[in-house]
Amino acid sequence: MVTRGLTKRFRGGQVAVNQVDLEVPAGSIFGFLGPNGSGKTTTIRMLLGLIAPTAGTVELLGQPMPKAQLSVLPRVGALVEGPAFYPFWTGLANLLRFDAADAMADPWTRKLRAGEALERVGLSNAAGKKVRAYSLGMRQRLAIAVALMQRRELLVLDEPTNGLDPQGTREVRLLIRELAGDGTTVFTSTHLLAEVEQVCTHAAVMSQGRLVRQSTVADLRAELRPRLIVRTPDLGLAAQTLSGLGVTDLKQSADTVDGDPGELPIDKLAAALVTADVRLHGFTLERPSLEEAFVALTGEGFDVAE
Amino acid sequence: MSAEVMEVGGGSSPSTAVARGRHGTALFWSELHLVFGRARTWVLLGVLAVVPVIVGVAIRLSGSEGDAQGFLGQVAGNGFFLIVASLALSLPFFLPTAVTVISGESLAGEASLGTLRNLLTAPAGRSRLLAAKMVALAVFCLAATLTVWLAGLIAGFVLFPVGDVVLLSGSTVSLADGLVRALGIAVLIAASLIGLAAIGLFVSSLTSTPLAAMAATFSAFIVSGILGAIPQIDVIHPWLLMYGWTSFADLLRDPPYWDEIVRNLLMQGAYLAVFYAAAWARLTSRDING
Repeated sequence: MVTRGLTKRFRGGQVAVNQVDLEVPAGSIFGFLGPNGSGKTTTIRMLLGLIAPTAGTVELLGQPMPKAQLSVLPRVGALVEGPAFYPFWTGLANLLRFDAADAMADPWTRKLRAGEALERVGLSNAAGKKVRAYSLGMRQRLAIAVALMQRRELLVLDEPTNGLDPQGTREVRLLIRELAGDGTTVFTSTHLLAEVEQVCTHAAVMSQGRLVRQSTVADLRAELRPRLIVRTPDLGLAAQTLSGLGVTDLKQSADTVDGDPGELPIDKLAAALVTADVRLHGFTLERPSLEEAFVALTGEGFDVAE
Repeated sequence: MSAEVMEVGGGSSPSTAVARGRHGTALFWSELHLVFGRARTWVLLGVLAVVPVIVGVAIRLSGSEGDAQGFLGQVAGNGFFLIVASLALSLPFFLPTAVTVISGESLAGEASLGTLRNLLTAPAGRSRLLAAKMVALAVFCLAATLTVWLAGLIAGFVLFPVGDVVLLSGSTVSLADGLVRALGIAVLIAASLIGLAAIGLFVSSLTSTPLAAMAATFSAFIVSGILGAIPQIDVIHPWLLMYGWTSFADLLRDPPYWDEIVRNLLMQGAYLAVFYAAAWARLTSRDING
């Protein structure tokens, strides 16, 4: 999936998405990050041909969108901006309807596939219940089931764990891993960084309509410099020792000293502290979370931008 | 990829592309299921079915032929005319109301629920979805008039004596012949509603609020009626939606007068073409944000 200069300007003149060049490699689990209102959903709508870009192009599975949508979209499972269903119908009837809308879906296996999809998201017992009676979490699962009605080459999931309890979130994570293991490319937007850290191979960050960063998660992580944290009552002595060894950016708090060890070997630092008679209560190397990195990239805390 | 794709899903690989179109009717059946699988639709049809019953019971209770003119005046003498009278009475209000509700809902309802985006990413194809919606609306129009026909038939036969039918032209035909003509009237009236259904579909493509679409469609219908009642502008009357609506009665002549009937069908066809094209232009260029 590739976009070039993708731009959406709404009628009011507001630029929701500005010159976005996304590259989602086949087989990746791609985390699409950004604060609420940063243009993630608008981008996804353009990827799927729901709205027309003001400028730029989208290529999905090697074919131009929205021109080739009728041949491409059957190979793409999508969940866009939260679950949407006919409340007066059962979960099963909803699944059957959306599958029937795809002319390429086999009608003979439709019920069978619906049953399998419902089982995969743990909704088998609620299949005959009207969606009106579903909780938000159940609707979210049903929306994922729609995407799983067929074997897909690409899944586009907009906030798939929204509204799910921790158990459900875990299940979705496992499901994404499992699908990716079968060779499905997964593109998932989220504002939960834990999701990205745990399952994604690649990530991109949107901020105010622009793509501010795009790389593998491993690269992102490698850039985050680990910090050495020493827990000790001998704060002064520890700081002095570490400083002498070349640890920079030292900071002291009530019972810890922390600093940037750079390329210094950690075991040697520990040995040196012990030799210097620093009483060690704790000695850890901590990587900052992706969250801190993303806050730095987007210039604001998550979930607060407009 | 194709071998792998076949394994679970079936039907999603390039190798099954030849099967495309073969399952293209599934969406049309699904649309019918959506229209007729809702309690609201059955309430509307139920109201329509009550019309002949109320008319029949009222005439029966009054116990006379009264001063009623036209079809109503003949009901007490021959229950057959309850069918025709009920269809004629439903035409100015009940039938258009029902069509307005269903057509206003069609696209705006999907947009307000958000299901439109699921359908389009399925992908249903915007043109195909619109075609399925219009076909379902046409089927509803027919179901609505057939409901009145059937309810009129049952109520007429239960409440009144029935027999050979004296046509408007004075000749007499068998009851069976009359019932077939009444069925033809039901079909013609359904066709008369197609123009309104197309307007409703178009209005429905403009908004994400079904109620607004219904109100706007009904307003268009009322305005058309008002224009039709102003004699000073009678030059435009022949081009109004309802101008040929009463042409159905010409089927009760021997031989039937086809001129007005055909003209009405052409008019409805023209309304359908214009508003369907407008709905298509709107839906295929619309940003689906809901």
